Amino acid sequence: MPQQQRTYEVMFIVRPDLAEEETERVISTVESSATAAGSTVKNAERMGKRRLAYKVRKFQDGVYVLLTIEGPGSALAELERRLRVTEPVIKYITVRIDEEQKRLAKIKKIRDSKVRQRPQPAEAASGPEPAPVTA
Amino acid sequence: MADEEKKEVTGETATPAAAPETPAAPSAPAPRPYGRGPGGPGGRRPGGPGGRPGGRGEGGPRKFFRRKKVCKFCVEKIDSINYKDVRLLQQFVAERGKIVPRRLTGVCTPHQRRLTAAIKQARNIALLPFAARY
Repeated sequence: MPQQQRTYEVMFIVRPDLAEEETERVISTVESSATAAGSTVKNAERMGKRRLAYKVRKFQDGVYVLLTIEGPGSALAELERRLRVTEPVIKYITVRIDEEQKRLAKIKKIRDSKVRQRPQPAEAASGPEPAPVTA
Repeated sequence: MADEEKKEVTGETATPAAAPETPAAPSAPAPRPYGRGPGGPGGRRPGGPGGRPGGRGEGGPRKFFRRKKVCKFCVEKIDSINYKDVRLLQQFVAERGKIVPRRLTGVCTPHQRRLTAAIKQARNIALLPFAARY
């Protein structure tokens, strides 16, 4: 049985003192190692330089990058290992988001159906409701 | 043992004037948060014995009417509590970086659980401080 495909978010911080093209190179190596580990990168978002809430490896700022990755857990474990040994990456976090997305989709569906239902009974009520009262 | 306790209770030391102001519930029609989850705390206090010493123990009529706290997430229908949304999370973090308890913010239990998880994730990736420097 093949391993389950799951959706993850990997956010990592690249050290801020690199030149822009070097940062880009780091990001692309992370992406390629993700694909090499057997997962697909759905989206890569550069969130830019941000002030860190606390010092990390004596850095006060960091370049935040957010990857959305789909793949089995083993691929993510491998990617985390690579991130750990990648020197310019000072911090990373992996969050599984497929369950959350499913939950949100469910809530949205319920809400949408409620929104659709609400106007309809109101219109329908104005029509047929007086009839039973008089009858 | 029980008799002694009873005696203490029955021994009326409080002034009889304190008796009339028992209407504990404020008459203001507090709008109820309807968006409570299934596991939401409906009636947490079943009015059991020994909760509060009636109206007798208090010195006089209650002067402060606290506004009914409502869960921000239920009212504004915020579905996702994400660790990336620092602006949102920051409202529930005290100055020193502590997570503000539910009893102060009024957030309902299911949402507080998600909020706590999100804050902890945000701390891990240095979006929020573990402890703010003073």
